[in-house]
Amino acid sequence: MSSLSDGFQDGYALEFRATTYRLPSGAPLISGLNLSVARGETLVLLGRSGSGKTTTLKLINRLLEPTEGEILITGRPSVSWDPIQLRRGIGYVIQDAGLFPHWTVERNVGLVPRLERWSEKRIQARVREMLSLVGLPPEEFAERRPSELSGGQKQRVGVARALAADPPILLMDEPFGALDPITRADLQREFRALALRLQKTIVFVTHDVREALFLGTRIALLDQGRLVGVYAPAEFLKAPEPEIHAFAASLDFGGAHEGGR
Amino acid sequence: MLSPHRWILAGRTRGGDELVPVPVGNRSEVFERSLEHIGLVAASMAVALIIGLPLGVVLVRRAKLQRWVIGAANVVQTIPSLALFGFLIPVPWIGGVGASTAIVALSLYALLPILRNTCTGIAEVDPAVIESARGMGMTHRQVLWQVQLPLAAPVLLAGIRVSTAICIGVTTIAAAIGAGGLGVFIFRGLAMVNNQVILAGAIPAACLAIAADSGLGYFQRSSARR
Repeated sequence: MSSLSDGFQDGYALEFRATTYRLPSGAPLISGLNLSVARGETLVLLGRSGSGKTTTLKLINRLLEPTEGEILITGRPSVSWDPIQLRRGIGYVIQDAGLFPHWTVERNVGLVPRLERWSEKRIQARVREMLSLVGLPPEEFAERRPSELSGGQKQRVGVARALAADPPILLMDEPFGALDPITRADLQREFRALALRLQKTIVFVTHDVREALFLGTRIALLDQGRLVGVYAPAEFLKAPEPEIHAFAASLDFGGAHEGGR
Repeated sequence: MLSPHRWILAGRTRGGDELVPVPVGNRSEVFERSLEHIGLVAASMAVALIIGLPLGVVLVRRAKLQRWVIGAANVVQTIPSLALFGFLIPVPWIGGVGASTAIVALSLYALLPILRNTCTGIAEVDPAVIESARGMGMTHRQVLWQVQLPLAAPVLLAGIRVSTAICIGVTTIAAAIGAGGLGVFIFRGLAMVNNQVILAGAIPAACLAIAADSGLGYFQRSSARR
């Protein structure tokens, strides 16, 4: 579809090079970020609120522009891409799903294919395929409005919409953050299977360590706009950095600290 | 002797001790003046919409300018309508006596609710929806036409509804500068001290206002349901 998917096949899908983003006031939200994301991997950006996770994500699809440094997307600096074309080649899922409330599920999912002027027949087929992929029977859900969906169903539609034009890169900003724990666990399981199958390059933002450990092929920990380190899930909890201990302790609500409460 | 409301209904007024019929203007004049009234309202609303909607869209993202423009429109709203009509008469190009001057003044009155509701309607659209629209690769224009305006429609229509009601009311006063409309009966009736003539203008004007309000209210509700 877009030149994003025809880009070269080796090398990194995404590369941050000494990237800094400052607010107009001069306060940095991201400072000197160096980070690479390999093709087909799920990189989790983990951090507390205000650590710069969402900012990092928005720098990728050019909703924000870096103040210093650059971001390479399949080897090309992000600023050299046409932002509209770039975004259509990058799926984007956010916490509240951001579905258009005045459109049916069918129209929401078909958004990017329609922007890309696919034939109506191809769009119809693709929408049905995507809805089935995320576990929503098209006959039942295609004509519904977002207001007629549960939170989990909305997120499923959000994922279907992001995948509809088959983008090589997927950005997810706490997509399961607002769901109840049981629905969240369901979606995490299904999404993990989906990610393994589709081989997309995924950047996944969360503040939930469990989610990071479960979904990530690697975990990048951000703290106050700086990268603390990048770890494989197996090494993460053993890593020496004090910021990680704080996260590890948040998992440890069971035995160890119980006596202290 | 008949009670006052009886002689209004009977089409008579008291002259000395007896009831005499008075020339009230016939049914066809009421009809013509109503059409004239609707024409003035339609023209003024068209001007106000053509200016107000695009201006509102432009002002959404310019907070400072928005305060100034809406402030100015607010000031216009506080000028008594008769005074505004009077002010405009000596103004070259747009002024003078007649319908065009009236349309200028009426458009100014209709502008504020349209402008304000366009700004607030668009500003109130869920930022998550706008962000995902932009993030999915919609252009600014596509976001505006396919997302912001449809979602702002109920608020926009509420503004248009208020504007129309104001406009129908103020148009009755436009007769004072020779613009015609149902106000002609009201001023004539006031001059003649004849309630019946006043009502020949006031009742159709009120009916127009109610009809326009309920019609636009219906649109507003159906746009909110979507």
